[in-house]
Amino acid sequence: MAKDYIIDIQHLSKSFGDKKVLDDINFYIRRGEFITLLGPSGCGKTTLLRQIAGFIAPDEGKILLEGKDISGIPPYERPLNTVFQRYALFPHLDVYDNIAFGLKLQKVPPKEIEVRVKKMLKMVSMTDYEDRSVDSLSGGQQQRVAIARALVNYPKVLLLDEPLAALDLKMRKDMQLELKEIHRKMGITFIYVTHDQEEALTLSDTIVVMNEGKIQQIGTPMDIYNEPVNCFVADFIGESNILKGRMIRDRRVAFIKHEFDCVDEGFGEDVPVDVVVRPEDIYFTKDPAKCQFKATVNSCIFKGVHYEMWVDTDTGYELMIQDYDPYEVGTEVMLYIDPDDIQVMHKERTRNVLEATVVDSNHVSMLGAEWECEVPEDASAGDVFTAEIPFEKVDLLDHQEDGKLSGEVHFLLYKGDHYHLTILTDEGDRLWVDTNDIWDKGDLVGIDIPPEGIKLIRK
Amino acid sequence: MAKTVNRSVWAAPYAIFLLLFVALPLVMVLLYAFQDKSGSITFANFVKFFNTPEDVHTFLYSIEIAVITTVLCLVLGYPAAWIMSNSSLNRSSITVVLFILPMWINMLIRTLATVALFDFLRAPLGEGALIFGMVYNFLPFMIYPIYNTLNKMDKSYTEAAQDLGASPRHVFAKVVLPLSMPGVASGILMVFMPTISTFAVAELLTMNRIKLFGTTIQENINSGMWNYGAALALIMLLIIGITTVFSGGDKDIEENGGLI
Repeated sequence: MAKDYIIDIQHLSKSFGDKKVLDDINFYIRRGEFITLLGPSGCGKTTLLRQIAGFIAPDEGKILLEGKDISGIPPYERPLNTVFQRYALFPHLDVYDNIAFGLKLQKVPPKEIEVRVKKMLKMVSMTDYEDRSVDSLSGGQQQRVAIARALVNYPKVLLLDEPLAALDLKMRKDMQLELKEIHRKMGITFIYVTHDQEEALTLSDTIVVMNEGKIQQIGTPMDIYNEPVNCFVADFIGESNILKGRMIRDRRVAFIKHEFDCVDEGFGEDVPVDVVVRPEDIYFTKDPAKCQFKATVNSCIFKGVHYEMWVDTDTGYELMIQDYDPYEVGTEVMLYIDPDDIQVMHKERTRNVLEATVVDSNHVSMLGAEWECEVPEDASAGDVFTAEIPFEKVDLLDHQEDGKLSGEVHFLLYKGDHYHLTILTDEGDRLWVDTNDIWDKGDLVGIDIPPEGIKLIRK
Repeated sequence: MAKTVNRSVWAAPYAIFLLLFVALPLVMVLLYAFQDKSGSITFANFVKFFNTPEDVHTFLYSIEIAVITTVLCLVLGYPAAWIMSNSSLNRSSITVVLFILPMWINMLIRTLATVALFDFLRAPLGEGALIFGMVYNFLPFMIYPIYNTLNKMDKSYTEAAQDLGASPRHVFAKVVLPLSMPGVASGILMVFMPTISTFAVAELLTMNRIKLFGTTIQENINSGMWNYGAALALIMLLIIGITTVFSGGDKDIEENGGLI
């Protein structure tokens, strides 16, 4: 076992009622590291942090601190401290007593308490605020006191639960830099929870991207940004063009109906894949020899440092491009992409695969409803088949009551010429749908599948 | 369209009510207290009070009973409120309703029932019964404001304290208790104010053997001693006023989620 792991999390799971919030989480944290748990709200990141702090007991799995399992130890005996999202400063104590709270409990001599509190106040640039009541402080000042109150105890690990979420943008940027500086000075391990990908990229040594209770990817900010392992990570971190593609052979990939050289190998030949190209990695050129494909600019917006442009390719796809030089709407442009900048990912799935039970000679039951479809002649009622439904065969309807099933748009990706949606049905099943219609996350939809969309395969 | 009615018009009924039933009686108490029978200004009523040992004694005894009742209510009520607000100990709101339920029944009826209970148990009526009856009657007024502050208290404070190394005992002593003080102050007021002025409860539970200050006032007014009665009422008001100031003042309580 490696000595420099300060925290080692093994097979951690947690459910609230029927909902699995954390599902077999495994990762380790090196001593002195700044690690960020990143994900959308409800992904389980805060639950994970609260388990490390000791406020929630895991259902399964272990949390090792310096090799010892701390799962059974109450929060007040763990050598960890937390900076809470809404600070949770004690309103009946002044700034000094808030910071001294932990030290007084440890029975540290008053002289030493004073030295340490003053040192911390200096570190968070709050000298002379000792006697102020916490109610009289601004959000940013309260946050500094909260950080000082946690760090004054010299914890082995500092846990930060979206500490900057309540601050305005400018203040947040300043505090990010200060946090990084404090981390460097103290040399304490920081575990930081946020849903803000930019904050995660700025602050972290390592990012753990989470979604729906599972770890999606662990890596340095560079790894996560440049080599996302799946569509979720690519979409969540930064801007990206996510496109359907086909690996022709090693180092050669086709997408947007063009072929490109790339650096990825080992996918096999003629395999469906997803391709990610960051908007800043598509280059304009005037040289016809360099041009890989042509497109027409259809919008151009100034974003401060760069221009954000949407172009329609000659093959009917829409791509986002960021460049320092603007091109007028309507201009025909020549574009190319470096092989290095094409990130090829395994497709998570190529069609919906479900279990269907035969009801009669032309109906099956699946997803809690009955569907008309072609049933093999030798099948009898009660036989169980695997049903394959192509993404584009699922119809979504505006009114929930018009469909056989109803559901909610759970996640959506724009793939250049169509949207790829994840639909969560009312029964809790998932369906993946390709559509040209525009939906928003959270839209309630009716679901219908025409008979020809369901293909039954004997198990 | 008719011209819009000034919104302050809506306040008029309340203003009239306050004037007739709060301000005017107070002014009259004040006037009567400083007048003799013929209507001339005098301090004689107050001098009379301090020269009547029986009345001074009743006054001090009433304060003593009120203090004992308040302390008992606090000692019994705080733990009850704490248990009710603690979701791991109390998962249903029914408990809260049960504690408040006695307030739905008229106080006199409850007191008569207490008398019947003491008779049934062959327990003597007297000081013990009086304190029991008072505590029984006023306990909900102590529990409710404390429960309210504890229930509204941000759970992150207790988590923060635990996180900083406080054991459950320390969390209570250093965070929960100090932060619940507005509720405690509110509860003390809610119990102390009515107990010091009560008289019917005392009469019923002691078979008129023990006299409280409320009874003294009532007796004087009933026998036509309006001026002396008013002076006594004013003295009682003064005591209640002083308690209000000592329990932190209204403003502090309002801000921190007490009952009044």
